[in-house]
Amino acid sequence: MMGAFDRIKVMLGADPQKPVEFTPEARQIHDLKRMSKADFEAQKIHAREHQLVTHKWRNRRWAVLLFTNLLFTFSFWLDIQLLEGSLSASRFAGFHLIDLNSALQVMLAHKHIIVNLFIGTATVFVLWAALGGRSFCSWVCPYHLVAEWFEWLHLKLVDKKLVSDHEFHRGSRTVFWVLFSLMALISGYTVFETISPTGILSRALVYGPSLALGWVFLLLTFEVVYSRRAWCRYVCPIGLTYGMVGAISPLRVEYRLEHCFHEGDCRKVCLVPHVLDVVIKGRAADKRMAIGPDCTRCGLCIDVCPSGALHYDVKGLSKLL
Amino acid sequence: MSDDNKPAVKRPATPVRKQASRRKFIRSVVLAGGVVGLAMFGYVPVANARKARMRPPGALEEHDFLSSCIKCGQCVQVCPVQAIKLDDIDNGFGIGVPFIDSRKQACDFSCDAVQCILACPTGALTYIKPVFADLREGMKLAHAPVLKAKEKDPEPTLNLKERTGVARLSRPDACLAVQGKGFKGQARGADFKGRMRYMDVDRWKPIDVRDHPYERDICNLCVSECPIKDAITMQETVGADGVKRYRPTVLEQCVGCGVCEMICPVEPTAIVVDERKAWGA
Repeated sequence: MMGAFDRIKVMLGADPQKPVEFTPEARQIHDLKRMSKADFEAQKIHAREHQLVTHKWRNRRWAVLLFTNLLFTFSFWLDIQLLEGSLSASRFAGFHLIDLNSALQVMLAHKHIIVNLFIGTATVFVLWAALGGRSFCSWVCPYHLVAEWFEWLHLKLVDKKLVSDHEFHRGSRTVFWVLFSLMALISGYTVFETISPTGILSRALVYGPSLALGWVFLLLTFEVVYSRRAWCRYVCPIGLTYGMVGAISPLRVEYRLEHCFHEGDCRKVCLVPHVLDVVIKGRAADKRMAIGPDCTRCGLCIDVCPSGALHYDVKGLSKLL
Repeated sequence: MSDDNKPAVKRPATPVRKQASRRKFIRSVVLAGGVVGLAMFGYVPVANARKARMRPPGALEEHDFLSSCIKCGQCVQVCPVQAIKLDDIDNGFGIGVPFIDSRKQACDFSCDAVQCILACPTGALTYIKPVFADLREGMKLAHAPVLKAKEKDPEPTLNLKERTGVARLSRPDACLAVQGKGFKGQARGADFKGRMRYMDVDRWKPIDVRDHPYERDICNLCVSECPIKDAITMQETVGADGVKRYRPTVLEQCVGCGVCEMICPVEPTAIVVDERKAWGA
């Protein structure tokens, strides 16, 4: 069975492995699915009737993302003073909040941690450990949203065979994480912040447009014409930092084998399809599988699944209820 | 394996999959090199110190400041006169880092408390410098600066221990006082957007400089508008011809706030603040 450690390995860039052992329940469901094709289809159609393909979670997520980012903007513009600062560091009603990756960069570069920096970082760590880690990416990061819009354009162009997606090795993100950490440590500058589209966009939203938006636009162009969601998938160390926090998070997407008809729609919409390796026929080691820490909890797979095999789950809560 | 009698064994072509994964690997290496290389480019403007920036009050020395600033802009948000701006990507590693352009809008300490320092979450702006941080000689103020606006308060000093720079009469020949001239009207013209706190108007509400015209027989705006006590004085001398001569003279208590640079009615300004300069350097 794939343990937490294996899931982290997959996040760092390893290929997902086929399971060697199955639980009896999982084996039973896998066996049951070896029914005749007609029966399988009939079951599938039956399941679909009970499930609506909507944009429910996407719409909620976009609303939260826009609300959060605009709260920064209006706190400053209208002087509401509710959420002061930008995504790298802020104060919510006076409480320090500090982005984990920015904090890491500053700590490594400056090698001195003052109390407020520690408090803000610890608060955000606890917050995202509870809320799913990489849920920061899909529910808060402004670059994620614009990248989603440009991804739509990319997919249109792929359809028309005008461009194609060039994959990179997923391990590059781990390499970037290590390199940027080392560069901060050795040079004493927060090198990554220079090119971080998250920081650039967040500041632009609060303090007005900057030349740096040109760099963000270049990144988006690269993603449209050359490689789908390249920044989030292969580069961004922020994603990996939050992913490590998410590894201990109780909030995750859960896969239910018995509801799945292995159609693969979820993998097509997913930013990190390697976490959905378990949905491939015969890969689920248990009848309930938690999706790995690299999952951004964006809910696109939940929305798109025609048979309701994926849902949000809080570990231990379902047992408690 | 160099047996000539054996027929040459044709090696199988590289499987498509293997080739694809090799390409992917090479692409990834190029990507890594490209992204890291671009990020390192940010060092060029810093190394050149292309734009010597004046940092907000309480800033650590430049290298420490750049490493500790988290680029959130909370200092920008608390400044009542919005003197603090954030740098752009053309400043490389300095992106998102706060600076003050005194000629456009100087820090006049109208917040009384140096709120930018209070707002900073990482200690890039700090009341008390950490022991390991470098501090050049002449950056530390001889004693706590007295804020003219707070002179009558029980605690008249500003919680500031180091200067951000030092003012300098850069073009004495252009200085109205040196020329023995007066000044009447809006210090910086009708289009100037800069603001300042005038105690005789409202202690807590800075107003536009253009809404506060001046009339002086001998121009002394840099001296009269300086928010710090004993930071600048108008030196008077009597020449051999019996005529009084004037010259604004910067004193050691100058914290480098830049109000003199902002208010100087001469274009371009006759007095400037040398950013991050130490006293006597």
